[in-house]
Amino acid sequence: MIDEELVKHVAALARIRLADEEISRFSSQLSSVLDYMKILEEVDVEGVEETSQVTGLKNVMEKDEILPSQSTREEMLECSELEKDSNQVRVQKTI
Amino acid sequence: MELNKLTIREAMSGLRAKKFSSEELTLACLKAIEERDSEINAFITVDGEGAVKSARGIDKRLAAGEELHDLAGIPVAVKDIFNTMGVRSTCASPILRDFVPPYDATVIELLKQKGMVMIGKTNMDEFACGASTEHSCFGVTRNPHNTERVSGGSSGGSAAALAANMSIYSLGTDTGGSIRQPASFCGVHGLKVTYGRVSRSGVTSLASSWDTIGPFARNTEDIATILQVLAGKDRRDLTTSPKEVPNYADFLSQDIKGMTIGLPKEYFGEGVDTEVSEAIKNKVSQLEKSGLNVKEVTLPYTKYAVSVYYITMPAELSANLERFDAIRYGKKPEDTPHNMIEYYFNARGEGFGDEIKRRIMIGTYALSAGYYDAYYKRAMKVRTRIIEDFKKVFEDVDVLVAPVSPFVAFKVGEMVNDPLAMYMSDALTIPASAAGIPALSVPVASNNEGMPIGMQIIAPQFEEGRCLKLGHALDNLK
Repeated sequence: MIDEELVKHVAALARIRLADEEISRFSSQLSSVLDYMKILEEVDVEGVEETSQVTGLKNVMEKDEILPSQSTREEMLECSELEKDSNQVRVQKTI
Repeated sequence: MELNKLTIREAMSGLRAKKFSSEELTLACLKAIEERDSEINAFITVDGEGAVKSARGIDKRLAAGEELHDLAGIPVAVKDIFNTMGVRSTCASPILRDFVPPYDATVIELLKQKGMVMIGKTNMDEFACGASTEHSCFGVTRNPHNTERVSGGSSGGSAAALAANMSIYSLGTDTGGSIRQPASFCGVHGLKVTYGRVSRSGVTSLASSWDTIGPFARNTEDIATILQVLAGKDRRDLTTSPKEVPNYADFLSQDIKGMTIGLPKEYFGEGVDTEVSEAIKNKVSQLEKSGLNVKEVTLPYTKYAVSVYYITMPAELSANLERFDAIRYGKKPEDTPHNMIEYYFNARGEGFGDEIKRRIMIGTYALSAGYYDAYYKRAMKVRTRIIEDFKKVFEDVDVLVAPVSPFVAFKVGEMVNDPLAMYMSDALTIPASAAGIPALSVPVASNNEGMPIGMQIIAPQFEEGRCLKLGHALDNLK
């Protein structure tokens, strides 16, 4: 059961502001989704390895070299709507 | 001749024989968009000017007698999740509504080298999360066969654009069925490749261990032509496989006689509409006459795939979408508080739609302390079981054949407030995604209301050729 307090807690972890209406709606929707997931408890997973990737590639190494880039630093900076300063994006105070 | 209805092969032959120009072909597609896209809403951005410019460039080169690639001058519609330099790439999300990327995705670069004519960027579920293209901040994409119905999703715009003759082929992404299901709903071909066969670089990630990129086209032969360009290792995506890329056209001419196909009984059982399973079985009996062996098989862990997906996928998604903080790119919030954390809250609260918020929260919850073992870890183990199912069955059969979707395209609005029901509509496409194996969606029939039904041909990893071989045989049956 995902009650409204838990929805608020998870939204805070995910840094998403929710309106009151969203909190109550998500609480019931997420509860029904996660209830359904309980079906996984039926499966015997004793001794089964976890799958985190499917093609078996391991430790893929490449030469440490600079590849040509399609865009310049200035073009990258242009993507930000925030103020620029000394070739960087100026953000709000963090501490 | 209606140029916008041609296949790649037909269009390419016409261009080479100077029967028409790439500009005329492009204008025919743009005309279809003008006539019908206010109703269908397949496109987020139409780049008519850019497309005509590219087409004229190709026409000049053809006039000069240059030998060009099969895809040169052929109009393509691209899902709005691919970054395209200088052309807005929104992921159908408010947070990227005005984002113009300064670089191209690898596959776009590859296609440009072959003479790409990009007609525009297509609608999708926000960040490719959905099965109906209803979760888009640009509105729903309607099914060209019946506009009261959805086009499927998440690559609904790409499938609908092709089905409505607004392009000659299109590109999409498939994480849990997002190419195959809209292809099935709209009556076109769509291929989900083996995980790692096609570079994902420059395509916004949702679930990094599931995401794939692939084509939509009018027949299997065209699919093979496009795949040949997309497939291969990419330095910018180290999950791409070093495995050699075969010549896919070779598979088209192979005889299907002696091939063994498996019918997984779980894909024809409860929850699958009879009209759908009957249509697939009918086609299979036609194929049997061409000398195919048919075997009933079982994949007992199939019913757990939806749960595995809707835990691990949101988990990976929640981590991937952390990057959307409206700093380096993305829409800054209306109110910009002086505290950084508050800034994030506003940017993400305003910038994400309902379905994305839901999935980020499911993922965050499944990864949070105290729940990680019960949900995420267990789901990763059950995923292994699903993979073992496929490995075992492929010892006995060459490919599996099944419906793509348990039902035909549903009505707009029918499921939008019931996330779980919507999630269940992916039940037959998710298992192949879990195992990272390829699957081709081929339109094989229509129901009595004229809605298309698609067949899914599933093969072992890196055996796209087997899907193409059987798909081509199916095309020739018609």
